[in-house]
Amino acid sequence: MPNFTINGISVDVPQGTTILEAAKTAGIEIPHYCYHPKLSVAGNCRMCLVEVEKFPKLQIACNTIVTDGMAVKTDSEKVKQAVTGVLEFLLIHHPIDCPICDQAGECGLQIYYMKYGLHKSRYAVEDKVHKKKVQDIGGQIILDAERCILCSRCIRFLQEVTGTGELEFFQRGDHSEISIFPGRPLDNRYTGNLADICPVGALTSKDFRFKCRVWLLRGARSICPGCANGCNVEAHFKEEILYRLKPRQNDEVNKTWMCDPGRLEYKKANEARLLTPVNRENGIPKAAPWEAALSSVAFRLWEMVEKHGPGSVAVIASPQFSNEELFLARKLADEVLRTPHLGFSLRTVGDGFADDFLIKADKNPNTRGAKLLGISEEKFDDIVQNVADGKIRALLVFGNGIADLSDAETGRLLANVPFVVQIATNEGAVSRAAHAILPSASFVERGGTFTNHAGRVQRFWMGFPPRGKARSAIEIITGLANRLGAGWKSGGEAQVFRAIAQSEAPFAGMSYESLGELGQTAGGKG
Amino acid sequence: MELVLTTHFGNDRYRHADTYEQLGGYAAMRKAFSMPKEEIVAEVRKANLRGRGGAGFPAGVKWGFLPKDLSRPRVLVINADEGEPGTFKDRLIMSRGPHLMIEGIVITSYALTIHNGYVYIRGEFVREAEIVQEAIDEAYAKGYLGKNILGSGYDLEVTVHRGAGAYICGEETSLLNSLEGKRGWPRVKPPFPASVGAFGLPTIVNNVETIADIPWIVTHGGEKFASLGVEKDGGTRLVCVSGPVKKPGVYELPVGISLRSILYEHAGGMQDGKALKAVIPGGSSTPVIRADEIDVGYDIDSMQKIGTMAGSGGVIVIPEGTCMVRALSVLMNFYAHESCGQCTPCREGCGWLARVLRRIENGEGREGDVELILNVCDNMMGRTICPLADAAVMPAQSFIWKFREEFDRHVRDKKCPYGNTF
Repeated sequence: MPNFTINGISVDVPQGTTILEAAKTAGIEIPHYCYHPKLSVAGNCRMCLVEVEKFPKLQIACNTIVTDGMAVKTDSEKVKQAVTGVLEFLLIHHPIDCPICDQAGECGLQIYYMKYGLHKSRYAVEDKVHKKKVQDIGGQIILDAERCILCSRCIRFLQEVTGTGELEFFQRGDHSEISIFPGRPLDNRYTGNLADICPVGALTSKDFRFKCRVWLLRGARSICPGCANGCNVEAHFKEEILYRLKPRQNDEVNKTWMCDPGRLEYKKANEARLLTPVNRENGIPKAAPWEAALSSVAFRLWEMVEKHGPGSVAVIASPQFSNEELFLARKLADEVLRTPHLGFSLRTVGDGFADDFLIKADKNPNTRGAKLLGISEEKFDDIVQNVADGKIRALLVFGNGIADLSDAETGRLLANVPFVVQIATNEGAVSRAAHAILPSASFVERGGTFTNHAGRVQRFWMGFPPRGKARSAIEIITGLANRLGAGWKSGGEAQVFRAIAQSEAPFAGMSYESLGELGQTAGGKG
Repeated sequence: MELVLTTHFGNDRYRHADTYEQLGGYAAMRKAFSMPKEEIVAEVRKANLRGRGGAGFPAGVKWGFLPKDLSRPRVLVINADEGEPGTFKDRLIMSRGPHLMIEGIVITSYALTIHNGYVYIRGEFVREAEIVQEAIDEAYAKGYLGKNILGSGYDLEVTVHRGAGAYICGEETSLLNSLEGKRGWPRVKPPFPASVGAFGLPTIVNNVETIADIPWIVTHGGEKFASLGVEKDGGTRLVCVSGPVKKPGVYELPVGISLRSILYEHAGGMQDGKALKAVIPGGSSTPVIRADEIDVGYDIDSMQKIGTMAGSGGVIVIPEGTCMVRALSVLMNFYAHESCGQCTPCREGCGWLARVLRRIENGEGREGDVELILNVCDNMMGRTICPLADAAVMPAQSFIWKFREEFDRHVRDKKCPYGNTF
């Protein structure tokens, strides 16, 4: 293990580590633009120049491997002058249009200018080279060639990660610019990553453009609810509105990437929300206070069990819900309602596209979790048959749709059931037919865990409290159970997870602490 | 005076294999095939042959950088891009004596166990590429290239590849990228071409003149070659003299001959009525020297001692009456145009220098502009992947250092004293 010193600090690093990575372990930041840990080294931005003893010239930290006894300086006058010089070069043709640039606030040029620049411009404004702004290059991306610092991250991403190669450099010298080939726009499902890896405002997200200043946003660590892959994300919100999802690094799951459809999953937390409990009286939906709604739902469920036996009640769970919520749903069905009719239905969305990278055909974040918790997918068909046969008198549905049934089909099916109660976040076919609606919190309004396709149990965190009158499904299920005499202690998701870890073999030994930020793989088969 | 390359360049038939052979060509190849490979390399080391492309790196030492194991095929690439302004010697070799280069390729490839060679020829050299291809075809026909050369069991394929006219493609790693069909951008080093070069294989890149010297070295021995030149820099050089001298052209002269002798004896001195003002001694990228600095040996080390370079052998003569601001402006426009755009300091710096110089020349210079140029130069020098930034900075700095008063006067008087505008 080579030992080297950086600014006089002695550090041991693994063989083959670059100075740039090694510096991180010593807590030293080396500024850089073109370097990206998940892409090949380009070495062209020249921001990471450092002084290495015995080398006459400054070396780029991103491509210089640490050797034993090496002495590196990142704070000498020579280095400072070089870094400031490079920054000055990068800014001479830059339009400095920060007031209208979406990148402002998270822009590499702004950040490094404040740290390493603070120089006055020595370049004549009339000499600036102008390039084309606001180019729709396809996918989720708008290109502003004038803001580009030609770091080539986007080009390398499209060559090395998607393998589609839509972007290239054109022209030479200070007329160089990146562009697509004529008539060949971005054509892959990962274009949103380009806006993330672009260190400046050259590639911005069409969806996020002009929506919100980034410094007004707060973030919550989360999991993309869009499919079974469970990409780790950061959910960015202002007050109660979610604005975007950005990938959060988890090398076991999504490295630093996420897919384009996943990026739009945030809209579910904003749009078509169920925000207040509803009771339908004589066919007319009426808002109800929680107490009244829960009591009346509990009463109807009790009534059905009493009159027609536990077999007259069914629960359709959803892998859109967390492990904690599914666990309680199962307990409600097994221990409180004592019905054998518990299954889950898979949400199907779009074309069911899957690839060998991040996108899974299963568009549910927690199918594996539902299975590991002993909730059966096969039982679902059985329940549907029973419903069609008129044997189910009360049906508790989780989520805003039932499998791949159309609105009309859902309506026809549910017309067979005298009492339908729904626990869901968004409006949909079920909410139009339900007799009672209990609105549940969106994925950013509560915490919990999802188990991805590979059995990795991953936490997501609450960003802000549930909007409107929505509540976490844990609270809703517990409220129902206790009104049916269960006597459960109310608690948060952490307590429920502790219970899961105690009673469910695949989750044995896990805790929120052991899951940490990046999750842990469940044992057993799902 | 002993000549290595140009003895028969006056003979129009010399570019054909038959004539070349009648005049002693391909004997060195036959001799090399009877020599142990290490001995050939040893002779080249003894010859003190310094790369003629501009950097002057010892050829024998460069060859030694190839990995020892032969598990991966190796490649020889001849840099015939000759883009350095003021340099026109490789085209002379290719058009007058292409078999010198081909024989050098065969010997070098044989010595280094290389079975594939590429000649990367500058895009503008249309005729030269045709002549070289014709010569290669002749060599194939005679069995000097191809399978089982001269019954030795040794195979060598040589391919001509034409560039598209970018100056940067003379830089060896851009040349390799261009050869592979990629954008001609220099590669980040390490890895160096000797370990990862053309098509990912260990590669030696040599200049045309360097490789054309090899047959003579094999025939006469390394020591003889070394003795033609000076210590640590052997042989002769093709010196390209351009500008208002009486006899501009290419001269084969012993390494170490004085620059004064090149200009005043061989090139015939200044044209009538002209006086020498300055010399760019080794291609446009090398630092300019004043007329009173030409009593210097034209070899790599002597030139370096006075702060300039013999470079690629392109001696550009600048007469009195030339506006140095305008001259430098012309050069900076070239570098701004040719900067590949990869590294920040070069991409932005070259254009910046060109624009400031243009405004000084046009009488619009601002106070502090000359200092600005020098400071921008400091921020470019040694800060990039390849030496193109240095190549722009060296003339810029030296023009100002040696002719500062002229620059200051432009700014002060707000006009060009020679009445030029750009």
